[in-house]
Amino acid sequence: MATIVIDALVARFRDPVKGDGVTGASVGAGGDDTAFVTRERLLEVCQFLRDDPGMQFNMAPYITAVDYLGQEPRFEVVYNLLSTTRNWRVRLRVKVSEQDAVLPSVCGLWRGANWFERYCFDMYGISFTGHPDLRRLYMYDEFVGHPLRKDYPLRGRQPLVTELEVPEEQFRGPGPARRSE
Amino acid sequence: MSTEVKEVLKQVGGPRSSELDAPLSSKRMLVNLGPSHPAMHGTARAVVELEGENIASCKLDIGFLHRGFEKSCESVTWTQVFPYTDRLNYVSSIMNNVGFALAVEKLCKLEVPERAQYLRTITSEIHRICDHLTLVGALGLELGAMTVFLYAIEGRDLLWDRLTELCGARLTSNYARIGGVSRDVPEGWIEKTETTLDRVVLLRDEIDGLLARNRIFYDRTRGVGTVSRADAIDLGFTGPCLRASGEAYDLRKAAPYLVYDRLDFDIPVGSNGDTYDRYLIRIEEMKQSDKMLRQCFRDMAPGELVVRDFRYVLPPKPEVYGTIEGVMAHFKLIMEGIQVPAGEVYGYTEAANGELGFYLVSDGSGRPYKIGLRAPGWPMLAALPIILHGALLSDLVPVFDSINMIGGEVEQ
Repeated sequence: MATIVIDALVARFRDPVKGDGVTGASVGAGGDDTAFVTRERLLEVCQFLRDDPGMQFNMAPYITAVDYLGQEPRFEVVYNLLSTTRNWRVRLRVKVSEQDAVLPSVCGLWRGANWFERYCFDMYGISFTGHPDLRRLYMYDEFVGHPLRKDYPLRGRQPLVTELEVPEEQFRGPGPARRSE
Repeated sequence: MSTEVKEVLKQVGGPRSSELDAPLSSKRMLVNLGPSHPAMHGTARAVVELEGENIASCKLDIGFLHRGFEKSCESVTWTQVFPYTDRLNYVSSIMNNVGFALAVEKLCKLEVPERAQYLRTITSEIHRICDHLTLVGALGLELGAMTVFLYAIEGRDLLWDRLTELCGARLTSNYARIGGVSRDVPEGWIEKTETTLDRVVLLRDEIDGLLARNRIFYDRTRGVGTVSRADAIDLGFTGPCLRASGEAYDLRKAAPYLVYDRLDFDIPVGSNGDTYDRYLIRIEEMKQSDKMLRQCFRDMAPGELVVRDFRYVLPPKPEVYGTIEGVMAHFKLIMEGIQVPAGEVYGYTEAANGELGFYLVSDGSGRPYKIGLRAPGWPMLAALPIILHGALLSDLVPVFDSINMIGGEVEQ
């Protein structure tokens, strides 16, 4: 089925000399076709996938990020794309380092990407250049840090107003109280 | 102003003509709706800038119900995630259970027994009816039709009663398991559910009769909150809202899972993409779900409820107490959790409001490395300011209701 998509991406964007574009790809059943893309050519790849008459990936149903703490580059942003006309799905995975966690925004291609990118910014601290309104999505503006990063503690409470004293043993929640334990 | 009017005004001592002709203040007004406003579902806050009565711009502020779903899931075993998924869309919790189970099974490459697949389909479709009834009832309530809400809630609670008999809870069902479902239907449950469905059909038709040709309802919803087909796709709409805009994309047909490829059903498609179409799609989908349920009851055969693979499913108690393999499997599953193979997967199902996706990353340990939740209502809520641009303030509430934003899942 959608081997076509992966083949086309590899044929068009693989650049073994410079090592950018599509650096790896795999075919899987049911929407698990995956391509690793470098961020320099991400917009180009997305533009091709959306506008090429043979592709028509007209929707970005889900964009998320993963924190691979200890690996370099540390973060990975995952773009799940869908073509409703052809009923194809493809996943783009883009690695981005902690020091330079900036990606080009795909809001110009799919307006639905807006809040997904805000979510990545809020939860992982990855910025998107060209995003129309890059603010926190769930957390409040005074919040310090990014809660879904693996080095953010599970019970890292940051109350806006002073909390009442709650003895530690009364507090119940999943997992260890501190990550180091 | 005509001289006659001026004459009359002079006699009654009314306002001077200069006052009547003075231009109205054109200053824009900011109205703050929510987060706890009786007309706003969930806990979303909308800051609306008004020009007269029209919405010039609208900013949404969400996160009041953010509980750290993904962070919590990363610190528990795969099985322990199920109760968290109940709290996503609390009106149709089994759909979330099933969506998560299917995603994990995709990663484990597990094939679930047929009876479990039928039971998952049945419970999902019952919950789809519940979800749509809630939406239709609330939409009526918003526009002043209290009766409709009562009928809808009666139908929903009758169905929830049946599900209580099946899984022990009205809302937080926790029904599915990795590799199957938690329990079989009680004796006589199918006949009882068929009777309940007959009653729900009556209630649904009553609701439809009260709303569909009601002048007030029609005027308040027709042509309001219109989304074109191209816009709906671009904005990432899925589910009934996408189909109301004319795009016949339904995951149950496009990427069939469970037993949907064996069932005979149609996908209703709208043409205008307005609130009225979104309402009609819901009514029609309830009819299709009803049809599917009766087919499932007819075709379902007795059989296993879970896969017989002790790497994923707890062994039956006689084996735990009687054999060493049973004890070991039980101990390892309880103490270490299910060892899901390392890898990443995106599993998606058609929930009541659209595509419910789980992006899972496993590092081979007993706990999820990452669970990314793609809530069905998320892109629809994000698009609300675009839909509402230029609309009347009073239309905000029905439009907001018709996209069916569920705080539990959108705000995680």
